[in-house]
Amino acid sequence: MTAEGQSTEELKERAKRCRRSIVQMVHKAGAGHPGGSLSAIDLLVGLYSTQMNVDPSNPTSSERDRFIMSKGHASPGVYAILHEMGFLSQSDLDGFRTLGSVCQGHVDMKWTDGVDFSAGSLGMGLSFGLGCAIAAKLDGLNYQSWVMIGDGETQEGQIWEALMSASYHGLDNLHVIVDRNRIQNDDFVEVQMEIGDIASKIESFGWSVKEIDGHDMEHIVEALDWSVNTAGPTAIVAHTVKGKGVSFMEDNPSFHGKAPNDEELALALEELT
Amino acid sequence: MSAPSSGGASRDGYGAALLDIADDPRVVVLEADLGKSTKSCLFRAEYPERTVSLGIAEQNMMLVAAGLASCGKVPFASTFAIFSERAFEQVRNGIARPGLVVHVCGSHGGIHTGTDGSSAQSIEDLALYRTVPGMTVMHPCDDISARHLTTELLNHDRPSYTRTARNKTLRMYDENSVKDLTIGKGSVLRQGSDVAIIAIGVMVHKAMQAADELASQGIEATVVDMHTLKPLDTDLLDKLATECSGIVTVEDHSVIAGLGSAVAEYLSQTNPTPIKMLGVKDRFGESGGSEELLELVGLTKEAIVESASSFV
Repeated sequence: MTAEGQSTEELKERAKRCRRSIVQMVHKAGAGHPGGSLSAIDLLVGLYSTQMNVDPSNPTSSERDRFIMSKGHASPGVYAILHEMGFLSQSDLDGFRTLGSVCQGHVDMKWTDGVDFSAGSLGMGLSFGLGCAIAAKLDGLNYQSWVMIGDGETQEGQIWEALMSASYHGLDNLHVIVDRNRIQNDDFVEVQMEIGDIASKIESFGWSVKEIDGHDMEHIVEALDWSVNTAGPTAIVAHTVKGKGVSFMEDNPSFHGKAPNDEELALALEELT
Repeated sequence: MSAPSSGGASRDGYGAALLDIADDPRVVVLEADLGKSTKSCLFRAEYPERTVSLGIAEQNMMLVAAGLASCGKVPFASTFAIFSERAFEQVRNGIARPGLVVHVCGSHGGIHTGTDGSSAQSIEDLALYRTVPGMTVMHPCDDISARHLTTELLNHDRPSYTRTARNKTLRMYDENSVKDLTIGKGSVLRQGSDVAIIAIGVMVHKAMQAADELASQGIEATVVDMHTLKPLDTDLLDKLATECSGIVTVEDHSVIAGLGSAVAEYLSQTNPTPIKMLGVKDRFGESGGSEELLELVGLTKEAIVESASSFV
């Protein structure tokens, strides 16, 4: 059971609802990124259901926990969990990627209550989280700053600038989740630019690191709890499957940034019942 | 207005201003291993707990500043103008796009920077930041005005970029006259009805010297210190276009997309006016003394006089 009294089974059900929202959003918009949203969604559900101190009636509270989705193309995943948390309505989700919608193509703090960062350009979110974590220390506030990055995203040099400076500044209130789904825009990560043992690399920059199965809800909840109770900045390297939950999207690079057609949507929803 | 005899570098004014506004606990200073050069070191010495050292990592610095701003801080992040350009996309996407109020300072701007050579002489920074929606862009002409304008940023509601200069130039302001300076309003240093010389940064004092020379030839020039390139003081431009026969713009910056371009972009649409643009003509600099380099690229008092005379 979580702090909010939700069982692991209830979290799994929540994740399934989110998966349905993700494929429906991307299908309706005719564009978007289902693969990286589906790989991340169990982690997002675990995080928001067990850790995030946020309130849709007071979305800018200075004491709220921050979540920075650095891989901003996973916006359908973020919107799905924010819908579950009461920040977004179904009609908000239905407007995904349309003119004037609060659900922009990439998550954007300027447009959406509950979004703490304007993403879309990879490599920047961890630095932003660092700034939030330093601000918490300066203000004596206890909020936590969580950042999700993609594995392909670690090819950006700025990620390593941020990793280096987080341990230097001793930020025990900063937590990274790496969505290690092994696929990036053009192809598999190992084809585009092998990143190797990412956990060891992050550890060598002075972080405490834990590797988990990013689809095992019990392990996710445990690892998140470990993060906030461990000294220094912490990183969870979550091994995931791109497109998880929809058979024909799983481990399929072509569904990084492609919408399902009508038949594919029907098939996906059938699998997600 | 007579120029005070001694000189000051605008980067010194930036450093002094950080101390002036330090009582506000929202102020946080960010450094990328150039605090001794940009003069944020003055703040660091007094307020180490509110100084964030990022090492030689400008991209990280810009987003750390954005994160701090999102949590209610007023971050002042400085590096060399040229190295801020390395993080241009971070400024564009991470700071300006969400409208986070971060104040970036790029020191050692322009060819005036001198002997370090072309790698350190930013001649495109003002052009870059001018294109970013909602950004304020400034280039004060001396230490006193840089100090005043930086202090004014404390309660400014937009992200900003301020270019400062490494080397001293003649002061155009004293502690009283500087009080009239406002972000976004050009400062008329001298009134004349024949021609207008609009200058920015280290070229302002040369514009004033040129105006003296022109006066000796019977030509009266208005001289404007256009310390704020964006938002541009278009009311003043309209007035100058009406009153004067032509405008000379002078900048230690590429003539492509800088001050001259900004003035022409506006006046060509509203009040077409003959304009001569003095600046760096699509070339890089090289090592040399400040005055030697300005002469090399044609940014001299004589060139201003010649351009202004052609309108009369």
